Amino acid sequence: MAIALVLVLVVVGSVLFHFLSPWWWTPIASNWDYIDNTIIITFWITGVVFAAVVLFMAYCVFRFRHREGNQAAYKPEDKRLEWWLTIVTAIGVTAMLVPGLFVWNQFVNVPSDATEVEVVGQQWQWSFRLPGKDGKLGTSDTRNVSAENPLGVIASDPNGQDDVVVEAADLHLPVGKPVKMLLRSIDVLHDFYVPEFRAKMDMIPGSVTYFWFTPTKTGTFQVLCAELCGQGHPLMHGVVMVDTQEDYTAWLGEQQTFAQLSAPQQVGSAE
Amino acid sequence: MVDITPADAVPPAEVAEMELYHPHSWWTKYVFSQDAKVIAIQYSATATAIGLVALVLSWLMRLQLGFPGTFDFITPEAYYQFITMHGMIMVIYLLTALFLGGFGNYLIPLMVGARDMVFPYVNMLSYWIYLLAVLVLVSSFFAPGGPTGAGWTLYPPQAIMTGTPGGQDWGIMLMLISLILFIIGFTMGGLNYVVTVLQGRTRGMTLMRLPLTVWGIFTATVMALLAFPALFVACVMMLFDRALGTSFFMPAIVEMGEQLQHGGGSPILFQHLFWFFGHPEVYIVALPAFGIVSDLISTHARKNIFGYRMMVWAIVGIGALSFVVWAHHMYVSGMHPYFGFFFATTTLIIAVPTAIKVYNWVLTLWRGDIHLTIPMLFALAFIVTFVNGGLTGLFLGNVVVDVPLSDTMFVVAHFHMVMGVAPILVIFGAIYHWYPKVTGRMLNEAMGQFHFWVTFLGAYLIFFPMHYIGLMGVPRRYNELTDMTVMTESAQHLNSFISIMALMVGFAQMVFLFNLIWSIRHGREAGGNPWRATTLEWQTPQTPPAHGNFGKELPIVYRWAYDYSVPGAKEDFIPQNMPGSFGSSRGPA
Repeated sequence: MAIALVLVLVVVGSVLFHFLSPWWWTPIASNWDYIDNTIIITFWITGVVFAAVVLFMAYCVFRFRHREGNQAAYKPEDKRLEWWLTIVTAIGVTAMLVPGLFVWNQFVNVPSDATEVEVVGQQWQWSFRLPGKDGKLGTSDTRNVSAENPLGVIASDPNGQDDVVVEAADLHLPVGKPVKMLLRSIDVLHDFYVPEFRAKMDMIPGSVTYFWFTPTKTGTFQVLCAELCGQGHPLMHGVVMVDTQEDYTAWLGEQQTFAQLSAPQQVGSAE
Repeated sequence: MVDITPADAVPPAEVAEMELYHPHSWWTKYVFSQDAKVIAIQYSATATAIGLVALVLSWLMRLQLGFPGTFDFITPEAYYQFITMHGMIMVIYLLTALFLGGFGNYLIPLMVGARDMVFPYVNMLSYWIYLLAVLVLVSSFFAPGGPTGAGWTLYPPQAIMTGTPGGQDWGIMLMLISLILFIIGFTMGGLNYVVTVLQGRTRGMTLMRLPLTVWGIFTATVMALLAFPALFVACVMMLFDRALGTSFFMPAIVEMGEQLQHGGGSPILFQHLFWFFGHPEVYIVALPAFGIVSDLISTHARKNIFGYRMMVWAIVGIGALSFVVWAHHMYVSGMHPYFGFFFATTTLIIAVPTAIKVYNWVLTLWRGDIHLTIPMLFALAFIVTFVNGGLTGLFLGNVVVDVPLSDTMFVVAHFHMVMGVAPILVIFGAIYHWYPKVTGRMLNEAMGQFHFWVTFLGAYLIFFPMHYIGLMGVPRRYNELTDMTVMTESAQHLNSFISIMALMVGFAQMVFLFNLIWSIRHGREAGGNPWRATTLEWQTPQTPPAHGNFGKELPIVYRWAYDYSVPGAKEDFIPQNMPGSFGSSRGPA
């Protein structure tokens, strides 16, 4: 008997917690409110199913609890009911899957006007590289990584000479412009994750992965590493500052290019 | 409509009686025993012992997360070692070993009406190799550098590098060797379970008369035999990368400013191999739980399981589908993004047979005669937690929804609810249910009630709120949740609350263990069939069953496993080996 009451309380408590507790996602700062909407749809469908199943159980436990002289019904199967439930379930699943795949299609297809920005992860810091005036990132190779060339840019590639290198410092992005984040690692797996942007992707040594988004709010956002990368993993924070176009241009003007950094007279310890 | 077959159709005996090896000494009877029931208890005791280690590790982790900075000895290295060993022990050495090696060994021969497993000697070897695997695992706690802290997924390259605890010490090697041993031992046992179900059934026990417990364990074992080889090769290759300097999974790497002597390998290949094993593994744990809970619900609601044939096909269908969903663990791994379309679709399709199982469990309760025994309470709690955890799986399986949630505490909450809490609640229910058969005595009811309520409500209060911490964006596998803009002060209070709950649930398990030991001597005498159940293990001439299980004559099966409350029958259950036609009994052939 207590169990029937507790089952009802589990449903009521869970629903109240969902709506009343202060713990919810951070305000979004990118174009991916589609993802948030898909989550909301999923919460509604799954929430209704959870409540329905558990409340039905609670009713059964209360109504059909053992009392002297009771006998259970004998009914091995009910084909019609089983098919009916299967179809309703399939419809519910489709209602979640279709919007999900629709948004995924947007997520994996990068708009043609997106600017490329490279993120390089290493234990346990973030570096960045932006294309220079030519709009192209030069090629790179982990085998070229050295103290003077922390990102392994291939010096013989002319596209790389004017690349802006931001080593272990904050990344700035202009608001309202789509960016394609090209993700690299020179040691282990990392994952570039900014909760406010809703997007994340692993970084794999030896490969270049990507995702895209459009920052929609100016401000300072924390980068978290979301793939276990050794014992410094929880400390691998970074900063992305989303600027107005003027602030961004000013910041960009202060940065050094690969050519400047690798010029012989400037070689020196960064620390 | 339902096939109506004469209830007393009995195929002729095809298999000759097997010769049993009868023990000659104390050692061969209790230690190097070839009796599946003794092996089952050995497996269960070993799994419980190592599971206790994993439980203690979870307390240490929760102390660190709930009260950061309070416990100096939980260094970041130690924390990562704790999560790794906790996860691996719980999934492999506790759940897999207990469901298949423990329940499989005890129940398969008894439920199919066999005297023992078909290869008793290999069955014995299976246990001893499992024990060796556990000992190798435990030894890593005492090895230089301690156990590996690579996370239970052991992703390279970090798993074998210096930035990870145990990566360049003994930890990772001992872990890989232990897994290889486990798989060898499991394969020996697994072949036994499969062949025994296929070839060792008694007369009249057709496949469609098997209890769902056997269907669940059988299907899970077939899956494990197909899935574990992928983990086996992944372990061997990583061992080569670590010990011999090969580069199966190692690309060119600069570690702390130094070029490593590796190149050309693929870290993501390991992930594919790992999850080709790892996803079926979820169902290797879940399907035995599905099967067992079906029998618990049916027996204690005094009603046949609803839609038996659909339940069987759902088990087989889930088992098959689970081999084509593995990359849903890798949506943000950097694999080709178009895989997402395929794997999201297969993953959500699997929700349909899973939902059918849930409907059939609750429809079994409908118009039943529900006895709220401890096994029934655990079965009900299982449905709640499994439905909850299964539904959050629809978030994570739906590729784009997974993007913000992946690698956050939401994932931790989800998999603990669905493959931690839910199957373990079934294990508890099953132990309360079959303990009387194993020992001849009932477990103490008062301690059982305490254990149930604290475990069910405590576990729900641990994992339900945890989803919301993940929804905020807090990543998993952080030994400190402070110093993050998404982590609010109130969420840290919630974290402390979760940790306190975890300690309380842990304490309830101590009461349960005490009950297990106390009731061996002091429990109420159970008799042979205290739950008035139909299946063959309750019809043995002795309780606990003697070596050979069924005395002189093997039972002959005349009906399916679910003849409860048959109209017109004298009692509300008809054992499977009861001949004759009663009232309107009409189970599937």
